[in-house]
Amino acid sequence: MIYFLCFILFSIGLYSILTKRNLIKIIIGISIVDYAINLFFILVGYRMNGRSPILEKGEEIERIVDPLPQAVVLTSIVIGLAVTALLVAIAIRIYEKYGTFDINEIKELKG
Amino acid sequence: MEHIIPLFVAISLATAFLISLLGSKFKFFRTAFPVISSAALVILSVLSIFLVNNNGLMVYKMGGWIPPIGICMVLDGLSSFMLLTVNLVAFFIMIYSINYVKKYTDVYKYFGLLFLMLAGMNGVIITGDLFNLFVYLEVAAVSSYALVAFGTGRQELEASFKYMVMGTLASGLILLSIALMYSYTSTLNMADIGKSLANEGSSSVIIFISVMFIVGFGLKAALVPFHWWLPDAHPSAPAPISAMLSGVLIKALGVYAIIRIFYNVIGSNIYTSRILLVLGTLSMIVGVIFAIGQYDFKRLLAYHSISQIGYVILGIGLATPLGILGGLFHLFNHSIFKSLLFLNSGAVEYSTGTRDLKKMGGLNKKMPVTGNTSMIASMSIAGIPPFNGFWSKLLIIIACVEANEYIYGLFAVIGSVLTMASFMKVQKYAFLGKLKEKWKNIEEVPFGMKFSMICLALICVFGGLLLLPEISNLLLKEASNAVLIGKEYVNQVLGSV
Repeated sequence: MIYFLCFILFSIGLYSILTKRNLIKIIIGISIVDYAINLFFILVGYRMNGRSPILEKGEEIERIVDPLPQAVVLTSIVIGLAVTALLVAIAIRIYEKYGTFDINEIKELKG
Repeated sequence: MEHIIPLFVAISLATAFLISLLGSKFKFFRTAFPVISSAALVILSVLSIFLVNNNGLMVYKMGGWIPPIGICMVLDGLSSFMLLTVNLVAFFIMIYSINYVKKYTDVYKYFGLLFLMLAGMNGVIITGDLFNLFVYLEVAAVSSYALVAFGTGRQELEASFKYMVMGTLASGLILLSIALMYSYTSTLNMADIGKSLANEGSSSVIIFISVMFIVGFGLKAALVPFHWWLPDAHPSAPAPISAMLSGVLIKALGVYAIIRIFYNVIGSNIYTSRILLVLGTLSMIVGVIFAIGQYDFKRLLAYHSISQIGYVILGIGLATPLGILGGLFHLFNHSIFKSLLFLNSGAVEYSTGTRDLKKMGGLNKKMPVTGNTSMIASMSIAGIPPFNGFWSKLLIIIACVEANEYIYGLFAVIGSVLTMASFMKVQKYAFLGKLKEKWKNIEEVPFGMKFSMICLALICVFGGLLLLPEISNLLLKEASNAVLIGKEYVNQVLGSV
């Protein structure tokens, strides 16, 4: 069920990348796709009623959440931050040059 | 001797750090230092080839943790071959850049980003861990987004934004397939994934993951139908960066990753090689057809990159020893002559300030070095003997015929003829013919730019010698064997720890 919600989130992001005409909305769409994938990765390591993955002395390993996806997603969030920062920076420069965020008016390059 | 493996990432990262830290104060850090550092990388890659030849596959355990628990770095024939290609091209581009980037402000940022990109590419090539591959891929990709926009003109920014949206989507798909792969096999080490896939047998999840990988890395490698960001992004960057992007980035991030994952980790099967064959042929033909109509010099070259990557993928997709050898050889050759052509276009832009072929004409008289080296590169890319492009295309076509794939061989020949047509156009408009009045006073480019163009042209002329048995046993055979052993890779990596 929750995987399905994750998929819906991904689709919303993809929809906004593909159909929106505003640079900022495209950036938001990219962030949503990013979050959907991160959420999916976290869910991969989740176990129902699991506890945090800290092993103390003399404790049994049972019903423990997989810690690896959490470490991995942390890295991926940082990468996402870098990409978003760069995207926003470029969008600001585009606004300075063109005076608009509308991609219909930003098309000097053609296939 | 496995301790040289992490140096490829460490040297380039340290160089990027030092340049960004000290480059604005000292001139040494934005002229000689990048060249010295990339020369060291070239020497190390040559050393790594001999090491692999003597010792076979080598594994470096990061922090002493034994894989699959820790992250490992793997050096085999394919990696050392790719390392040589990437670092050799990077070395010549560094020499070229010193003169070329004088027109920009903040030159040290340019070199810092360039070395960050190099670190990412070297990392992608030597890593043995799937998520680590993703991280390095993003390092290389993010710095290349910034470098495309380095000119901060209207077109550069637009191209960079487009490139970034496509690149981020591709990375997202790759990460998603890594997540699925992790949920299926509970490990991220590539060799360990291969092992548990062999135990589990195939399922529909693997097919889904394969499709996602092909789309993700196909976007990075600009295969048709995922190609349309490339003709905008590559021409808009500064010329040395275009050479780097077209010459090695799409190969290290796209083609290398496809080869590694589909041959060594998942294991090749008839469906993936069919898909690669069709995608390769499509890219080959569609790229060259678009290229013929172009009058922007760099845009024309960018479309040819798509077409030549098609040849590489076609060779790889045949999955016969000769096909893989030809594909890898063409990968090396393409990185040499395509960087040379982009450097030529940069030289023309440096002297005349235009990229429009119609406005040029007769430049050979004023810029003999640029004109002649571009003639060599054009003949090389069009596949005229005895230049290196001829041998690799010949190998690919022979391999097609041997594998009874006559149709694909025919398309390869057609693509080659069309390539020749479009480069005859380039030569006719830009370099041959009468010198236009406007260009009476232009001068040849400075020494550094001439030097790297001449060196690359020499490699183009003598590149065919790589097929001599002694050299090919050392380099190309070793690389194609690393692909051909397929899932034996898993045992070799896990066996050597």
